[in-house]
Amino acid sequence: MIIGIDILSFLVFFPAIAALIVLILPQNRILARWVALLFATIITGVSVAVYAAYNTATPGFQFVMQQEWFEVLGASWHIGIDGISASMILLTGILAPLAVLISWEIEDRVNTHLALVLFFVTGCMGTFVALDLMIFFIFYELSLVPMYFLINQWGGPNRRYASTKFFIYSMGGTLGMLLATQLIGITMGTFDIVTLTQNWPAFAGDPTNATFLGISVSTVKALAFLGFFIAFCIKVPVWPFHTWLPDAHSEAPTAGSMLLAGVMLKLGAYGFLRLVIPLFPDVWVEPINFLGFLETNWAGIFAFLALLGIVLGAFAAFGQTDIKRLVAYSSVNHMGFVALGIAVTALVYGQAYVNGDSAHMMDAIMATNGAVLQMFNHGLSSAGMFLLAGAIYHKTHTRDMTQFGGLWVRAPIYGGIFIFMSMASLGLPGLNGFVSEFLVVRGSWPVYTVLTLIAMIGLLFTGSYILKGIRGVLQGPFNMNWAGTRLEIEAREVIAVAPLMVLILLTGLAPNWILSVINATVTSWLGGV
Amino acid sequence: MDLSLFLTDRNWMPWLIPAGPLLAFLVITLITNRSRLMPATSHDYSGDGQHPEYPNLAVHVVTPLGRVASIVVGLSGIIAAWLISWSIVGYTFGIEDFGKKVLESAVTWMNTGTTTFEMGVLVDPLTSIMLVMVPLACLCIFIYAIGYMAHDPRQARFFSLISLFAGAMLTLVVADNLLLLFVGWEIMGLCSFMLIGFWYEKPSAYKAAVKAFTTTRVADVIMLLGIAYLYFTTGTLSFREILYNEEVLSALSQTPAIIFGGISAASLIGVFLIIGTIGKSAQWPMHVWLPDAMEGPTPVSAMIHAAAMVSAGVYAIIRMYPLLEAGAHPHSGEFNSPLMLMAIIGAVTALFAATIAVAQNDVKRVLAYSTISQLGFMVAALGIGAYVAATFHLITHAFFKALLFMASGAVIHGMEHGHHHAHAHGHDHDDEHDHAHAHDDHGHGVVMEHDEHGHPIAVAQDAHGMALVEAHGHAAQPYVELPVASQKEGAFDAQDMMNMGGLRKTMPVTWITFLIGGLSLAGFPLITAGFWSKDEILLDGWVGLSEGFGPHALVFICLALAAFLTAFYTARQLSLTFLGEPRTDAAKHANLGKGIVSATMTLPLIILAVFALFAGFVGVHPDFPILGGIFSPNREIPFKEFLGYTLLEKPELVPFSIIAPLASFAVALGGLALGFWMYARQPLKAGEVDPMVRILGPVYPVLRNKYYFDELYTAIFIKPSQWFAKEVAYVFLDKGVIDGFLHLVARVFTWIGDLIKVLNLWLIDGFGDGIPEMVQRSGSWLKRIQTGRVQQYMLVITLALVVIAIIFALSSGVLAAP
Repeated sequence: MIIGIDILSFLVFFPAIAALIVLILPQNRILARWVALLFATIITGVSVAVYAAYNTATPGFQFVMQQEWFEVLGASWHIGIDGISASMILLTGILAPLAVLISWEIEDRVNTHLALVLFFVTGCMGTFVALDLMIFFIFYELSLVPMYFLINQWGGPNRRYASTKFFIYSMGGTLGMLLATQLIGITMGTFDIVTLTQNWPAFAGDPTNATFLGISVSTVKALAFLGFFIAFCIKVPVWPFHTWLPDAHSEAPTAGSMLLAGVMLKLGAYGFLRLVIPLFPDVWVEPINFLGFLETNWAGIFAFLALLGIVLGAFAAFGQTDIKRLVAYSSVNHMGFVALGIAVTALVYGQAYVNGDSAHMMDAIMATNGAVLQMFNHGLSSAGMFLLAGAIYHKTHTRDMTQFGGLWVRAPIYGGIFIFMSMASLGLPGLNGFVSEFLVVRGSWPVYTVLTLIAMIGLLFTGSYILKGIRGVLQGPFNMNWAGTRLEIEAREVIAVAPLMVLILLTGLAPNWILSVINATVTSWLGGV
Repeated sequence: MDLSLFLTDRNWMPWLIPAGPLLAFLVITLITNRSRLMPATSHDYSGDGQHPEYPNLAVHVVTPLGRVASIVVGLSGIIAAWLISWSIVGYTFGIEDFGKKVLESAVTWMNTGTTTFEMGVLVDPLTSIMLVMVPLACLCIFIYAIGYMAHDPRQARFFSLISLFAGAMLTLVVADNLLLLFVGWEIMGLCSFMLIGFWYEKPSAYKAAVKAFTTTRVADVIMLLGIAYLYFTTGTLSFREILYNEEVLSALSQTPAIIFGGISAASLIGVFLIIGTIGKSAQWPMHVWLPDAMEGPTPVSAMIHAAAMVSAGVYAIIRMYPLLEAGAHPHSGEFNSPLMLMAIIGAVTALFAATIAVAQNDVKRVLAYSTISQLGFMVAALGIGAYVAATFHLITHAFFKALLFMASGAVIHGMEHGHHHAHAHGHDHDDEHDHAHAHDDHGHGVVMEHDEHGHPIAVAQDAHGMALVEAHGHAAQPYVELPVASQKEGAFDAQDMMNMGGLRKTMPVTWITFLIGGLSLAGFPLITAGFWSKDEILLDGWVGLSEGFGPHALVFICLALAAFLTAFYTARQLSLTFLGEPRTDAAKHANLGKGIVSATMTLPLIILAVFALFAGFVGVHPDFPILGGIFSPNREIPFKEFLGYTLLEKPELVPFSIIAPLASFAVALGGLALGFWMYARQPLKAGEVDPMVRILGPVYPVLRNKYYFDELYTAIFIKPSQWFAKEVAYVFLDKGVIDGFLHLVARVFTWIGDLIKVLNLWLIDGFGDGIPEMVQRSGSWLKRIQTGRVQQYMLVITLALVVIAIIFALSSGVLAAP
């Protein structure tokens, strides 16, 4: 309890209040920056405290808070966290002050910019702690708004196209989710996620003929499933719903890119784990017959799309000459591994639910651990990569790697950090990304053997595009165009990237500090199907 | 945990072995490499610690103090590792039946469901043997680098990177599980990338670095699958739990593989792991990266080729041998797919690389191909079950190859020294750059370059000695072309053996040590280590051949031929480099000079030469005439006796056959004799053509160009994947199909929207003023915030949803349901 309200609610509302305060502060850059940083650091402190206080030994949700809210609809202010949300809250909390610190480079409408960054944190925190579908939906949508303005107002040259595409795509994608949410909520008389997780999969409609409102229940469920599925696929993003991402990431200001890649993409993956898998275990494994000869199910389709994301994302990144687009496509590639892990979870969970087949449960636990850890790891490394790409863009005002070359000689510290971050992104063993990718591969290999084998092409080209980035920025003869430019990384940027580097190394060397938390939740969740 | 455990308990002590170099890496990188604590002085370079190759640009270099501190830190790390290693090794020599009992300790690394994954260290006989070689070879390389890199402004960075390299290798060696081994394995990959591309300004250097990393990564991702698969089937990756466990091994060899039916799970995992080794140890067809790795400084070449990287590849399959062999008995002629794969790849590589080495003129490239070839010996040996012989050859090879590389580095260094000397005096050139510029041991002076887009770059000199590069397709941008000094001097290749000759007179220590290393490589009978290890492999091959086993026959014949070629090209190299008369002025004046540079570069050569001669006597077959009785009095090869208990069943002593040593004698002496006959009887004079060109005729260009593998891979892998990445994955799929679909649908709906708008206006005109005004207002408000594309995208999404829903509904047949 902080100042009379519970700690999670504080975590949700404090950033919004902080945003308001920053907004109404006098238009003084220095003041606004320091105040915003102070608030963001408080968010970090509380997030870390929540994470530290989270008890691994206790199964189920913790810090639960349930308050009447919208009784007519059956919605309530129901929040709480498990190991998955705890690690996501920690990620958001860590990135918040770093994004604020990086936003210091903004000179234009400083207060508004910082307020939007803080406001965005509210949206993400709310989504991660929500245990009520309405709450989830509201915060999920809320996170879009500040990000839209960040891109639209402070973005690169093509910001209007990028921000509109981002906003409409994400918004449009959630239309189906809104309908599905209403359908489920009204049918079941509650929006409570914990209750729905138990009741909705068992929902059979009219007991005489298994229909609901005259439509077969399986169709109703499938359509509801589709609403969520598309919304989260766009957010993750899963191939082929990803084309908003390179535009939005590359046009966004550095802090926007960091939060977009670091936290926002995780909302989609989190949605799958929190909602789509528990609510629709039967739909995931319902056989689908394509054109009469291809027998598959939604989990299989999802795994296939994940594979395409891994492979084509890596290829597309390899085909870039724009450093920020390259990093943006790396997100498609990396989130592909998250999606692959989730596909394994969905399949095994679904099979266990439908026919009690739990032969692959150990693989599913590994894959889910890997997927969640990959969400966390990608949050660190992609935020770091965008920070570095932004740092060089801010100084040279170009993102074209053919215009760089040999910058290492004038920016040795930047070069060292750039290589470190690139290697984290590449999944070098000893750094964080490797642990999660290994777990996903380990989990998916027995389940989706051929797909995993093909995914290795993506892993190979991860190396190729990372090396292309290093080569483009650092190696080669020095381009004298930048002879008069100060290229070395600034102290402020080093301070912002240092916590990421420490966490990356720590997670790579001793992943159990976070994996034990994730594993406890995943094991009790999947073990208890 | 009680930290004193690491110092007192021998089971925990191995953790400290990699700790020293890893700590040194951190200290150098974070503190001594560029610290404001170290005052900037300008003893070596003009200006305030100014980088000599960037005269017009503020590029600072590490101060001499920082440089010395880095060297001291780096050396301390590796010396600590060496001392701890050898003390542990000495301790293990005293343990009875060491191998049944081992030193091991582990900590919980991650939770997986209700189980945990343990990460730990293990010292068994195999590790112990590696710990004899690796720290010593690394230490020699470190000492050598003090002198060799003395003129490089980035020497501090160099020491930080080789410390990481050594730390990674030692991690790999003491790892008790495959995952930790892989960690060391990949970090070495990173280090090799960084060090091959150490002179990152040079296109040839960074291209070689990318090539090395990418080629090995092809293999590594496959190996990762093997690790994941092994983890899935056994639930552990611990070496002891898998390899020292009869039940697990037999279960693995009886489980059918998950894909590629027909072979066992053990075999498929084995094949995946072997592919990892093929990449790391540069076996055919993934050998292409290793010769290019010569772009790095010579100590790196020694590191990659001897002490660390490529040895790690072979070490991994030696380590996993019980798994690879599971279900097969090579000594009674039963083979499985991993063994066959190793025998064929190893034999082919050994012979293939040896033929290329014959036609190379670059002193380091000859050695690079000989490394590939010798690694082929080891892999082939494992393929026919010669476990002990493969390990033995790994160790002896590491010693003499590290020696050869460093000796060749000394030659190059001496040649450059001689070149500057000749240049300064012969051409009355002002020698202001002679000692100021960074050391470089590679051919420069390429004036026409192509950048990676294929645009030719014309290099012109401006008044300040800076190269101006005009890249077509971009605005004209000047690039600094480096190193500036070498630009002025024009083309001189200090590595080309055709420029050498007669170096024995001016560089006697290098000559003697190079000779020892060369003879060891050639397998000169009885007195060199290389002879004994190679002989042991051939003996295994011969014994199998005489029993009529096909793989043994293949291995024996290929390796005997390869050994002959090895002796031949070694004789050629020795003759061209050291014998006869100097063919250039540079060769005439080549020497290492005096002082610390010369001393630190010579000492390691002498140490390694001792091992290159005497390390072989621990592996003499007891039945070998006369010498067997002296060196193996207990009727057992000491090396095998010690190594044996790494395996569950101690390997049996291969029966001695006089044919094998006779064959070894014949190929080694025959090859050396032919080589010296061709190149030393009438030494090549300046301007003369290599007799190989005439003898080999049309074959020569093929060998010289390495069978055109680089060109082939560029055409079938690199170009297509670049094209696919850019044109298909990005331009066609993302920009064309996906975005095109969105935009097209958007356009259609915009059109419909416009139509409706017209209709609306027409309709609404009929109504009062209020409604249209309100609509217009909200419309313009909407437009302001949503830029007009909102509707388009909204419609696209809706349409996409409908289409997907219809496909889904049709395909799942739900519409047919009641």
